[in-house]
Amino acid sequence: MNLAALLRIALRALAVNKLRSALTMLGIIIGVSAVIVMVAVGAGAQARVEEQIRALGSNLLLILSGARTQSGVRLGLGSNFSLDEDDAFAITREIAGATAAPAVRGGAQLIWGNANWSTAVYGTTPEYLPVRQWALAAGRVFEPAEMSGAAKVCIIGQTVVKQLFGATDPLGQSIRIRRVPFTVIGVLENKGQSMMGTDQDDLVLMPLNTARNRVLGATTLAKQRAVGVIWVKVDDGLDTNAVADQVRALLRQRHRLQAGTDDDFSLRNLAEIMAAREASSRILTILLAAVASVSLIVGGIGIMNIMLVSVTERTREIGLRMAVGARTRDILGQFLVEAVTLSLIGGLIGTLLGVAGAFAVATLAGWRVLLSTDAVLLAVAFAFLIGVFFGFYPARKAARLNPVEALRFE
Amino acid sequence: MRVPLIQTQGLEKIYRLGDSEVRALAGVSVDIAEGEFVAVMGPSGSGKSTFMNLIGCLDRPTRGAYALGGQDVSTLDRDALARTRNRNIGFVFQNFNLLARTPALENVELPLIYAGVPAAERHARARQMLARVGLAERSHHLPSQLSGGQQQRVAIARALVTQPLLILADEPTGALDSRTSLELMALFQELNRGGMTVAIVTHEPDVARFAGRVLRFLDGRVVSDETNVALDAGRQLAETVPA
Repeated sequence: MNLAALLRIALRALAVNKLRSALTMLGIIIGVSAVIVMVAVGAGAQARVEEQIRALGSNLLLILSGARTQSGVRLGLGSNFSLDEDDAFAITREIAGATAAPAVRGGAQLIWGNANWSTAVYGTTPEYLPVRQWALAAGRVFEPAEMSGAAKVCIIGQTVVKQLFGATDPLGQSIRIRRVPFTVIGVLENKGQSMMGTDQDDLVLMPLNTARNRVLGATTLAKQRAVGVIWVKVDDGLDTNAVADQVRALLRQRHRLQAGTDDDFSLRNLAEIMAAREASSRILTILLAAVASVSLIVGGIGIMNIMLVSVTERTREIGLRMAVGARTRDILGQFLVEAVTLSLIGGLIGTLLGVAGAFAVATLAGWRVLLSTDAVLLAVAFAFLIGVFFGFYPARKAARLNPVEALRFE
Repeated sequence: MRVPLIQTQGLEKIYRLGDSEVRALAGVSVDIAEGEFVAVMGPSGSGKSTFMNLIGCLDRPTRGAYALGGQDVSTLDRDALARTRNRNIGFVFQNFNLLARTPALENVELPLIYAGVPAAERHARARQMLARVGLAERSHHLPSQLSGGQQQRVAIARALVTQPLLILADEPTGALDSRTSLELMALFQELNRGGMTVAIVTHEPDVARFAGRVLRFLDGRVVSDETNVALDAGRQLAETVPA
């Protein structure tokens, strides 16, 4: 007996009890669509995290100045200017595969024409861009003379461009920052949100000395060469943790810290933090899919239940088929195909609903969803396996009936 | 002398019901030759149904031997028995046992499906058999659209379609009125005259009169084995006033 004939018998049998077949499928429909929606939502969240990692730049270390203790009151990280730009240069010089960019941070009001915008000001070195894996959309970076001479030049982020200049080309324009006129020499590429949700494009970069001497001034500075943060990029292929240890050792040596004392700075391995976030979002995806799978299994039990009822109802038919020559495997095949047909039709309907559901979530809740063919195929394959697994017992029960008793069954 | 079509030797069947044993057949030795028309009679519990189940290869004897067409079938396994039934035996049941919601033609084709006959040949043979039982025009009707007599004819066409060695009918007229029963017996007699071996289980003496041989069962044994001068159902049908 071939598959087409079995399929025809199965479809006819299922058509006899349309409502019952539909209700039985419902379990699988819900299960498959739930798996697809959950995996799509989970994959969307994961893709977001991965994107943030890419935006941040992988293999990145962040060194913050340590906390300062003032009359017994410990102030926050960065309050003590324990780092200076020479630390950054030393890291670049002495540690293979590490590039460091020192930076001082502050806020300032920008004015251009009659527009104004409050933003973050970063005083840094040209290394800042390669370290953050950030490219210029237009213009150029600071030249050595501008660095040493505290030139009044700046590079601005996309948000600043939008807020201050609108459609005007900002290159060469003069903006005022704390009453000091600056020439815009470069525009950064769009970088998007950070993992904390802050807008990374809302900033102005300027030479380190310019920021310290002309903009941030004495208000936030204790030492002339001090910096608040140092970004360190580790070359691809190197162990970020090993380089981090070298950086820590170098800084401790430069700061003349005794063994056993605490660091006077804070070193963070950002890639590691992001990897942990990625792992947790992956676990969340698996968890969601697992919960959804439970409903698939419940659907499978529903199929088994109905198939058992069906076998009992059709005992006489089974007896007749056996009398005219159906072998064990013919009956087994017939009921197995019926169960699998139920689960596969349910699986296909569930797939359509799941895809529609994922789009609904994306549109209504505004979440990022990611549909993958793999997840869809997996859900349908799982539905198929559920049909085989839960259909086997009823089918075997049918195939093992005694023909004499089956024919006499009332 | 030729080997009889059916040859049983000391056939016994014992059913276990809890602790007690029920001896449904207590040693039956019967030969049925090719071309015979045999009626099997007896009260319920006499063992006639058990006997027919064994003859029909639906069940295996507890003891004894059974040869069908010269081949010992009493020790075959399930699937081998299914093959034997498919090739050699045509069943007709009291309640017709047609597949509901399945057209007459497909009901007739059913044994050929399990015999692995290709679709085109299946259709042709099934159509031919429906024509033989006078239902050529009804091949696409569902059982629910056919009368009881017509349904039983479809069942007979299904029994004949594999060209079996014998037809086994279990109370074939039990669900039919007397005129339809007569028509059916005429059909069986016609098949028998064409050389088909027919065995009918019945408790109606009126039906048994059309058989050439009557086996009577009681308490698991054959108590009488008589040769009849069979009545001609066709002639009786012609004599009665058309319904």
